[in-house]
Amino acid sequence: MWIAYKTIVIKEILRFSRIWVQTIFPPIITTSLYLLIFGGLMGERIGRMQEVDYLHFIIPGIILMTVIQNAYANTVASFFLAKFNHSIEELLVSPVSHWVILLGYISGGVARGFAVGLGVFAAVSFFVDFTINNIFITFTIFLLTAILFSLAGFINAVFAKSFDDISIVPTFILLPMIYLGGMFYSIDILPEFWQELSKFNPIYYMVDAFRLGFLGSSNSDLSTSILVLLLMIFILAVVAFYLLKRGINIKA
Amino acid sequence: MPIALKISKLCKIYDNKLSALKSIDLQVSQGDFFALLGSNGAGKTTAIGIICGLLNKTSGRIEVLGFDQDLQTNQVKKLIGLMPQEFNFNPFEPIEEILLNQAGYYGISRSKSKPNAEILLKKMQLWSKRFDMAKSLSGGMKRRLMLARALIHQPKILILDEPTAGVDVEIRHSMWAYLQTLNQQGMTIILTTHYLEEAESLCRNIAILNEGKVVEQTSMNKLLAKISQQTLILESLEVLPKQINVDFGIKILDENSFEITLESGLNLNLVMEKLSAQGVNISYVRSSKNRLETLFLNLTGKN
Ligand SMILES: Nc1ncnc2c1ncn2[C@@H]1O[C@H](COP(=O)(O)OP(=O)(O)OP(=O)(O)O)[C@@H](O)[C@H]1O
Ligand SMILES: [Mg+2]
Repeated sequence: MWIAYKTIVIKEILRFSRIWVQTIFPPIITTSLYLLIFGGLMGERIGRMQEVDYLHFIIPGIILMTVIQNAYANTVASFFLAKFNHSIEELLVSPVSHWVILLGYISGGVARGFAVGLGVFAAVSFFVDFTINNIFITFTIFLLTAILFSLAGFINAVFAKSFDDISIVPTFILLPMIYLGGMFYSIDILPEFWQELSKFNPIYYMVDAFRLGFLGSSNSDLSTSILVLLLMIFILAVVAFYLLKRGINIKA
Repeated sequence: MPIALKISKLCKIYDNKLSALKSIDLQVSQGDFFALLGSNGAGKTTAIGIICGLLNKTSGRIEVLGFDQDLQTNQVKKLIGLMPQEFNFNPFEPIEEILLNQAGYYGISRSKSKPNAEILLKKMQLWSKRFDMAKSLSGGMKRRLMLARALIHQPKILILDEPTAGVDVEIRHSMWAYLQTLNQQGMTIILTTHYLEEAESLCRNIAILNEGKVVEQTSMNKLLAKISQQTLILESLEVLPKQINVDFGIKILDENSFEITLESGLNLNLVMEKLSAQGVNISYVRSSKNRLETLFLNLTGKN
């Protein structure tokens, strides 16, 4: 069981490491540019937000966005490709339990999220002077968020029938949710209606809590954020497990 | 002989309502070299897919060395090694990794599977390519890679779905020899193929599937004994005489060769005697159709 898990995780890490030019490098470059342009150049004109200057305000959000996108991208691409080239059959013929398969792929997504998140963090700290207020909160939120979006990517991959299907959700659902989840702004600057609406966006809680870890201040309660994350992880894990067990789109 | 594989009343209806297996019953004894034959679309790959856990069955029961597939799924999976019909590895993965990962899925650590992988890759003449990506292999090499992968966890039952399709003559013969060695060491082997001479020379027992039904299950010897007729082509180095007066039917093919059909009451000795008397000297005899092929076509109604 442990050996099978380790095999899947190492295989997943090797997969994205082999193609680091596609998987690790670009997000580090783009987000660093993002930060420098929005935070560095334009930030001064925007002024302060949530008691800090704008550059420091958006760093956590941008890092978390990278984590979300990369954790998602890793499982969705990897599992879809395994279906596409039928190498998923290597797992299906072996006595690996569905939990182990799921856990293996999720760990791969978390590893990619971690690699890229750390990369962005390192690149940013090269230009900007900043410290993490509470490493424990930061890491917990990173971990839970990466798990959640790896699961979401996995479910997307199960349903995907073509390469288009693996980019629709990230582009049309994930990205707007991230942008509207308070990555660029503190929701207290929004009119009340939009503030209330934002509270239905789960990403808001993650960005907010992640920011708490970095800056030490937030809009909402940390326990709410963790609860939202755990609840969503639980729901998606059950769904993913069910899909895998029934062999939906995997076994004819 | 204990039973290695027992299939009872197995049915498979695909989502598109196509009924690929219509209640098939099959038994393969332990240590057997078993041929599963049938035309394209007969249901061979479907049956194998269900046995190996790649497809869901509609109904029926499968037992492997006494383990029930539904109840003891993992024990069953450990006992079987599959070499599938279609390539199903990640083409961007190095060859040795593919084997070691597969072993890992079976719970075998890398340090334990590495020596075995080396033996298998050497056997399959892929050792020098072990660090190459699978996509860089030729078609026949990819098949050998899948054979090596099927054996990495040392299964008791090896299932080969058209193992020699696209494999060159030399490698095919060495593959046959290797499979025979494995079989002699006690491995049960189940093979599908469209090369009937392959089935004839390797397998002891045989089942023929046709349109999702088992139309024949017997031993190879018994099956071949059923063949009452055999068509032979006789060739002479000299130009044949204009008239050959014999009391059996002959069909002239060209100026050096003709065809005869052996039936009961007519054997090759008699034929040669009568031909000599006519001044016809035969240098070569070959069979016009593989014996099994004729029978196969009869059984599947394609003749
Ligand atoms: N995924 C699928 N969905 C629907 N029908 C399928 C599917 N796979 C196979 N079939 C159908 O099931 C039947 C049996 O196919 P199968 O692949 O088992 O044949 P086979 O005996 O292996 O043939 P071949 O010698 O060509 O490999 C065929 O009619 C095929 O079209
Ligand atoms: Mg087939």
